[in-house]
Amino acid sequence: MAIRVNLITGRTIQQGVSMEAGKEKPAYTTACGIIELDPADFKKLGAYRNTNVRVTSEYGSVVVKAVEATQGPHPGVAYIPMGPWANMVVNPNTYSTGMPTFKGTPVEVEAAKDEPVLSSLELVRKGCRGELA
Amino acid sequence: MTKTVTDVICPFCGTLCDDLEVVVSDDGKQLLEVYNACAIGAEKFLHSQAKDRLTRPRMRQEDGSWKEISYDEAIEYTARMLTDAKKPLMYGWSSTNCEAQAIGSEIGELVGAVMDNTATVCHGTSLIAVQDIGIPSCTLGEVKNRADRVVFWGCNPAHAHPRHMSRYSIFPRGFFTGKGHTGRKVIVVDPRPTDTASVADVHLQVEQGRDYELLNAFRVAFKGEQLPDVVAGIPKEKIYEAAETLKSGRFVIIFFGMGVTQSLGKNHNIDEAIAVTRDLNEYTKAAIMPMRGHYNVTGSGQVWGWLFGFPFAVDLSRGFARYNPGETTSNDLLARDEVDAVFVLGSDPGAHFPFNSVKKIYDRPSVAIDPHETPTTEVCKVHVPVAFVGVEVGGCAYRMDNVPIETRKVVEPPEGMMTDEEFLKRVLARVKEIQGV
Repeated sequence: MAIRVNLITGRTIQQGVSMEAGKEKPAYTTACGIIELDPADFKKLGAYRNTNVRVTSEYGSVVVKAVEATQGPHPGVAYIPMGPWANMVVNPNTYSTGMPTFKGTPVEVEAAKDEPVLSSLELVRKGCRGELA
Repeated sequence: MTKTVTDVICPFCGTLCDDLEVVVSDDGKQLLEVYNACAIGAEKFLHSQAKDRLTRPRMRQEDGSWKEISYDEAIEYTARMLTDAKKPLMYGWSSTNCEAQAIGSEIGELVGAVMDNTATVCHGTSLIAVQDIGIPSCTLGEVKNRADRVVFWGCNPAHAHPRHMSRYSIFPRGFFTGKGHTGRKVIVVDPRPTDTASVADVHLQVEQGRDYELLNAFRVAFKGEQLPDVVAGIPKEKIYEAAETLKSGRFVIIFFGMGVTQSLGKNHNIDEAIAVTRDLNEYTKAAIMPMRGHYNVTGSGQVWGWLFGFPFAVDLSRGFARYNPGETTSNDLLARDEVDAVFVLGSDPGAHFPFNSVKKIYDRPSVAIDPHETPTTEVCKVHVPVAFVGVEVGGCAYRMDNVPIETRKVVEPPEGMMTDEEFLKRVLARVKEIQGV
């Protein structure tokens, strides 16, 4: 069942390390192509940990792997580390400040176990060429 | 034999640690070990040694493949792109030294560019707030030596500034803080119980996006006025208690991060956080500091501050410096199709801008100057790899508290590789030639 959560983004140490090791490497996808969900939200979603899910907002959609929150509990709040995956769905409106609204985007999360999590370069390349599903 | 270089500056985050030790081979060409750095900093040094590192510029072909080109060709493309454009965006500038920032600014002035740095998606809203109401701040040295009340509001240094807590804010023993962390009270305000919160005395799990209300409640609590039972998800008793803890300190420092700058309210959240600091100064000494991300984003604000009078989002297209966040900021310009070429140096908007802005970069003539292969280089027409500042070339950088620190070269770059500064100087010379100035 699809659930609605409030999405925030930000840095994690795994994001930082894998970013410096090369954003084209699989470790970067492992670190950032994820969504951290609270156990209570997992229960509502009715999906196993480490299942791929599709995250959709008013602004876009992306497939990431759902993992249990590492810094929880935070029911109702979901976390995607900063990076191209999060940026497919965040609210780009700056409301005249220059700053996109990276934190606090309402999103819908549904299981998508047969859809792959793309690598960072593939994601932006396909996105720019209009080749994303 | 190997050599150990001491007192090396880490070019990762705004903490700009200055106590690293790096072991290099005798000929200075190979970097072997890094000591004292955090996991991210160590990885940055070690990645410079990657076997698969790109060492020559490349240009995207019609069929989508890359073709290796010479630095001369890359300089020609860049200079032509910038001079042909009506209003190019020159973005990034945070992972390079102040010397390169100054040369880039000269190019920007000649070609009538909009100059913007990563503050635009980081602490830009803090800068707006500082212009609104000022900022009572201090240096990290004062924090280490004096602060006995430490607040982390909407920031998670355990992940983003890993050595900040041990070098300056929680654990170190300073001149007036001889007991180290046992003499300090630490308050974390975050919608998640973060790893930073786990070492704090108090964690206030604020409702996401309700920071303004909670900051305002603190100002009410300082004065002992009445609060509703719950504010932003926090019971009033906890707010009164935390307010008293702050008031009873000898020196309060408030660090704040993306939790407040990127949530709704934005610069107004920071206005209120600064007002909290100002109010606290009625009772004790208090200061506030943004947790700056890139190691030299503060430096680019400084350089443009003294060159143009504004710290980010500087529009030079009319022949003089204009600044109007919301209008002259990168994401707004890209969203409204108001720039016709994009030059990126020392940043990765491809990974860190909302996707609709990334698509706009892809649609335009574009150049990315970056040692790494990144989502930005993936969407740009030309990618120019350069030497790592702080690893393969030195130069000035500003720490998050506006203290300038000279970074050091510890190892030779791959043979024939240009630095940011060298590349920009050549582009500047070519731009002048084309314009006949």
